[in-house]
Amino acid sequence: MAGRHRRRSETNGPIKESPNLLLYRKMERIVMHMQEEQDGVPIRTVKSFMTKIPSVFTGSDLVNWIVKKLDVEDQAEAVHLGSLMSAHGYFFPISDHVLMLKDDGTFYRFQTPYFWPSNCWEPENTDYAVYLCKRTMQNKARLELADYEAENLAKLQRMFARKWEFIFMQAEAQANDLSRVDKKRDKVERKILDSQERAFWDVHRPVPGCVNTTEMDIKKSCRVSCGDTPKKRKSTTNGGLDITEEQIEPEELQKQVTALQKKLDKHHIKMSKIAELLMSYSEQFGDYEPFLSPPEPSNPWITDDSSLWEQDKMGENREIPSRRVRKWSLSFDELLTDLAGREQFLKFLEKEFSAENLRFWLACDELYAVPLKDVESAVQEIYSEFLAPGCPSPINVDSKCQAIANKNMEKPNRYTFDACMEHIYNLMKSDSYRRFIRSQQYKDLIQTKKKSGAGSDKQWSLVPAALGGRNLVAKLPSLPNRNMDGEVLGELSSSGNQWSLRNKQPSTSAASSSSDGL
Amino acid sequence: MAAVAAEDAELDVDGLRREAETLRSRLEEERRKSNDVQLRDVASKLEQVPPLQMKVRRVLKGHQGKVLDMDWSIDKRRLVSSSQDGKVIVWDAFANKQERVLSMPTTWIMSCAFAPSGDIIACGGLDNKCTVFPIDKDLENPERKKRTIAMHTSYMSCCRFVKSGYQILTCSGDCTCALWDVDSSQLMQSFHGHISDVLCLDISPVHCRTFLSGSSDKTASLWDIRTGRCVHSFDGHDGDINGVKFFPTGESFVTASDDGTCRLYDLRADREVALYTKDCMIFAATCVDISKSGRLMFAGYNDYTVNVWDVLKCVRVGRIYAHDNKVTCLQRSPDGTAVCSGSWDTTLKLWA
Repeated sequence: MAGRHRRRSETNGPIKESPNLLLYRKMERIVMHMQEEQDGVPIRTVKSFMTKIPSVFTGSDLVNWIVKKLDVEDQAEAVHLGSLMSAHGYFFPISDHVLMLKDDGTFYRFQTPYFWPSNCWEPENTDYAVYLCKRTMQNKARLELADYEAENLAKLQRMFARKWEFIFMQAEAQANDLSRVDKKRDKVERKILDSQERAFWDVHRPVPGCVNTTEMDIKKSCRVSCGDTPKKRKSTTNGGLDITEEQIEPEELQKQVTALQKKLDKHHIKMSKIAELLMSYSEQFGDYEPFLSPPEPSNPWITDDSSLWEQDKMGENREIPSRRVRKWSLSFDELLTDLAGREQFLKFLEKEFSAENLRFWLACDELYAVPLKDVESAVQEIYSEFLAPGCPSPINVDSKCQAIANKNMEKPNRYTFDACMEHIYNLMKSDSYRRFIRSQQYKDLIQTKKKSGAGSDKQWSLVPAALGGRNLVAKLPSLPNRNMDGEVLGELSSSGNQWSLRNKQPSTSAASSSSDGL
Repeated sequence: MAAVAAEDAELDVDGLRREAETLRSRLEEERRKSNDVQLRDVASKLEQVPPLQMKVRRVLKGHQGKVLDMDWSIDKRRLVSSSQDGKVIVWDAFANKQERVLSMPTTWIMSCAFAPSGDIIACGGLDNKCTVFPIDKDLENPERKKRTIAMHTSYMSCCRFVKSGYQILTCSGDCTCALWDVDSSQLMQSFHGHISDVLCLDISPVHCRTFLSGSSDKTASLWDIRTGRCVHSFDGHDGDINGVKFFPTGESFVTASDDGTCRLYDLRADREVALYTKDCMIFAATCVDISKSGRLMFAGYNDYTVNVWDVLKCVRVGRIYAHDNKVTCLQRSPDGTAVCSGSWDTTLKLWA
């Protein structure tokens, strides 16, 4: 038997691990459990008419076993799991090429471990041809080819026309071998082996329309074929938590020690605190969770009515749904990621004469969203607008941040103002934001009935017109453009705002945490 | 002389090894101390998630090969998907229409991404490259305008735009991640540290300064985009990490792995805080996403199903027999109203 098929691992040099090995091992553990004498699935020999069907079990027996022994939820999950294990070739219906589990009296048989997929079978077409050819020679009713197999055989015959003779001879030799062995061997055993071989091919050359479970994810097979060893050498920190027992360089160890030290130095927050934070977040946002509390007016995917999205498209003189306004009070980030929120907050700050803080923050935020070639000029503009000595709108940063920014200006990049940005963010969060949430303006918005006066162009423009239309900072108030839909863009440009094309790129934080008011 | 030097080195190595050992055990001790409760125990006081009524709302048919990745547009109704046969399709999922079908010269387009600007898409895979296409409405022939912006020395497993259409992050089978400037195709930062293929990445939802990567070295890493340094590395999985996704706060994240489990890690605690598994779920988890409120986790598995987990109570609350073959990708829509899954069965399905 063993001589007839080659395992890939035997032929192709070093033994390779299948990327599916983890899964195969788990299935094999379950299959072994199934085959246990005491607790396993009851295996019987069934008498039917004139013959006996040896070592089989019924589908429903197996389903019951799975339900009893594994923590599946219901019959359906058991049938699904069983079908997949069958499709991987661990057991098979004795009179069907389609490998699936049915919860009825259909008979199934276990596959011999020799044919398990974990043996890295990768049988070739010639092997298949020999197998099919052999079956035609054996003149047994139970070995007759199914239609699709006959078709496959015809195809293979065309494909291997030149070496068909060779394939034929091999098949003949195997068939003769078998008949010789057959005489010695138990007929019953022969029957089982035949069915197992057939099931093997049903896994590797499945019936048309069935999933071929031996197909690999190409990412995983790429890795297996490259082999892991050369990459392992490059090992670096890896969190410093596990060491390979191979030779480790001193530098490597030093790195691990530093990484570990760093981890140790960190303050470890208690799990109870983290659980609290996670729970309060999801509770706070529970009302905005479409899967748990249906959005108003309705979920577009369910009702085919997209008015939920229409109302989010922020336009002039359009009311902001109070649900969305309420969301701003949940956190400062919620306010900042919502375009309408930014706009309202800016209005509030203007009254307080501290609008430059938000303008600065938005300009810096935008820095993350411009192409590399524009970064330097944008940085310059922000600096001269908000931070340079004698600038038009100085922001309220401490000397430390100012010094960092000054130093960073030697080599301006996207991250030049990060320290200032954080400082301003915290300032707004702890001070202005709180007052905004408590302000009459905010309360009025929640009442919604008040007409939203978002209209005037002036309020949109975050940067004084003095800076001119062409340069980048002036373009920064792409705020309204950040809207996801482009619609707003249209509305606004028609209302007389001259923004450059650059504005078309809604850049933005909307990408990551879009301003969707649910 | 040489012998003495060698001996010194030997001592040095031993000393370091011992030091590492002590630190490691101290760290374990610290962790044990901070691990005063289990998330599931604390969450037991919460109310149960009501039974979910997720049904299939759209079936997107059009790919001829296995669907390998998808990405939502921020307009909440369009998405892009890529497949094994070398096609990239831009869909208006809401109207169930194909807007554009783009052909790539190679097969196995393992990843695709929609720029937040909505007019650029990126894709790549077995060609080791990342290619961008403009897809403006009135553009006749986007294939002619395509540009290669990134190159790796092995397959590109995932790409995602950062904040705008001007920067893109890629990760690859060559063990690295990289940040590229789209306009100039310039490599702006590369991220070394993983010791095996990097399979997935996710950018922080609160700011664009950090991102996560998952690798077949069984770890997930948090990176600082600005410095290129690995800030944290998280272990615990017993197989390749196929998917990572930030919790909406950006302070925690979930992973999906070949070991059949999903896990929740916390950046503040610096370690795994929850495990999502069942004995009968033996198939690899391939992709994962988190609902808007962070309460639900959707995970796609190689057993053709999508499972929904209660993140806090750590129990499975839904099981969808979603596809007829492995589920390869899954993403919640930007406003959280739907989940899209893609599969080797060549279809994408929308669930709400």
